[in-house]
Amino acid sequence: MTITNGHGLATAVPVATHAKVDTAGLPEKVSIKNLEFFYGDSRALKGITLSLYANKTTAFIGPSGCGKSTLLRILNRMYDLYPGQRATGEVLFDGDNLLRADQDINLLRARIGMVFQKPTPFPMSIYENIAFGIRLYESLPKAEIDARVESALRRAALWDEVKDKLNANGQSLSGGQQQRLCIARTVAVKPEVILFDEPCSALDPISTAKIEELIDELKQDYTIVIVTHNMQQAARVSDFTAFMYLGELIEFGATETLFTTPKDSRTQAYITGRFG
Amino acid sequence: MADMSHAMKSPRYAGRRRRNAIAKSLAWIATAFGLGWLVLILGILLIEGIGGLSLSVFTENTPPPGSAGGLLNAITGSLIITILAVLIGTPIGILAGTYLAEYGRHSKLSSVVRFINDILLSAPSIVVGLFIYEIMVAPMGHFSGWAGAVALAVIVIPVVVRTTEDMLTLVPDTLREAAASIGLPRALMIMRIAYRAALAGIVTGVLLAVARISGETAPLLFTALNNQFFSVDMNAPMPSLPVVIFQFALSPYAEWQKLAWSGALLITVAVLALSIIARSLTASRKSS
Repeated sequence: MTITNGHGLATAVPVATHAKVDTAGLPEKVSIKNLEFFYGDSRALKGITLSLYANKTTAFIGPSGCGKSTLLRILNRMYDLYPGQRATGEVLFDGDNLLRADQDINLLRARIGMVFQKPTPFPMSIYENIAFGIRLYESLPKAEIDARVESALRRAALWDEVKDKLNANGQSLSGGQQQRLCIARTVAVKPEVILFDEPCSALDPISTAKIEELIDELKQDYTIVIVTHNMQQAARVSDFTAFMYLGELIEFGATETLFTTPKDSRTQAYITGRFG
Repeated sequence: MADMSHAMKSPRYAGRRRRNAIAKSLAWIATAFGLGWLVLILGILLIEGIGGLSLSVFTENTPPPGSAGGLLNAITGSLIITILAVLIGTPIGILAGTYLAEYGRHSKLSSVVRFINDILLSAPSIVVGLFIYEIMVAPMGHFSGWAGAVALAVIVIPVVVRTTEDMLTLVPDTLREAAASIGLPRALMIMRIAYRAALAGIVTGVLLAVARISGETAPLLFTALNNQFFSVDMNAPMPSLPVVIFQFALSPYAEWQKLAWSGALLITVAVLALSIIARSLTASRKSS
């Protein structure tokens, strides 16, 4: 399979390392069953059934408005912030339905972290951006927090660039650095799943390559879900891909299979660029 | 260049240039007219006020007619009443503004509250004075510093509500989502993230409210009234700069009139200083 990444940085994540994976026998981290989602009266997701496998990267692709971001935002109940939005069906996270009404949403979000399209550093220092989330759920001595901050920044490949200015405002960093700061902030809380919502769409090619490299490393410890409108990116970073169209899951499978031998004609049309 | 000279020769282009020149001149004249009066007011205030400004203005109390004195009691009274008004009005204003921007964004109640707040924002301050007179001065049987502070607080509240709501609305929702995404409960998100992002703007709103009330006379006439003597007793009538200016400027005594000018200059300089601080806070927020 040859997939060009559009900006000549093919070195970042060689597609060939993603060997064909058989889904049978893989541990499921999240299983979505018959999920429907409504914005007021309009149905945005129709009967989605899908599994997210532990320590794998799953990409959601599809044209704008297909529901891929909506699906992602259900996984950490982000839609709860807005009235008039509701989900039905089941989303089992380690066997526990995260849609149930008495779910502790804050605890859930600490276990399922999220990185957004635009970098969103908090209006505080680089150090505080990360320590803030740690202190939220753990009371640790200063030295240990320092260590956690450093390891989170190292994990996000940002430490060398910021170690001498940890007290500078997080918003003073470049866009790509801000996005890695947000990844470090997410990682520092020690989640089990990390959701990426088009994490590179506001970044330049070099920053994009760095983030993609990071995502590939992070899946050793986390289950990763990424929404992207960039098919090459999906092909580069993911093990599994879900193609969505008009609120429905059209096709799901190992990334290499889906991109080389799609079963559905709509998938075929989308990945060859005939619509979307 | 041939094309351009062709365009420049066209009658439509000439007409457009003429209309532009007329509109520009009108804009200049309007600006000069507006600024002219301002310069005139500030100039006369400066000339008349500086003449009477001396150390005794700050060290002596308001004099009886015909003798020299200062504004110490009025300055003290104004400071106490203003600070108290801000202490009462700011927390209420910030909490209400927070409700409007964070909790009640989509609720019916908040549009009602917002509407009433806008009415309060533009209510004549004399109405506020009369209202406090009815609910505080009349039942207590006497004018008091407390009543003055509450009257000014009623003026502070809508200003702070409005700026707090506006500034919190400017905080992007993506930041709220980011805070939620690490498991931050909503109340903590507001206190630790949203307030921090909107801090400069909220402080600016409070400063503007202080500037607004420091020149208010009408609400104080019906509440704190005045006092010729130095007093820090909040249960008694209390002097204030605007009321003293009002009384002295209308008097026939030259010494009193002089002190009124000095008092007016003091208030103007104080308001100017507050506005400059507020502006520089907003500017530093933008640049950060």
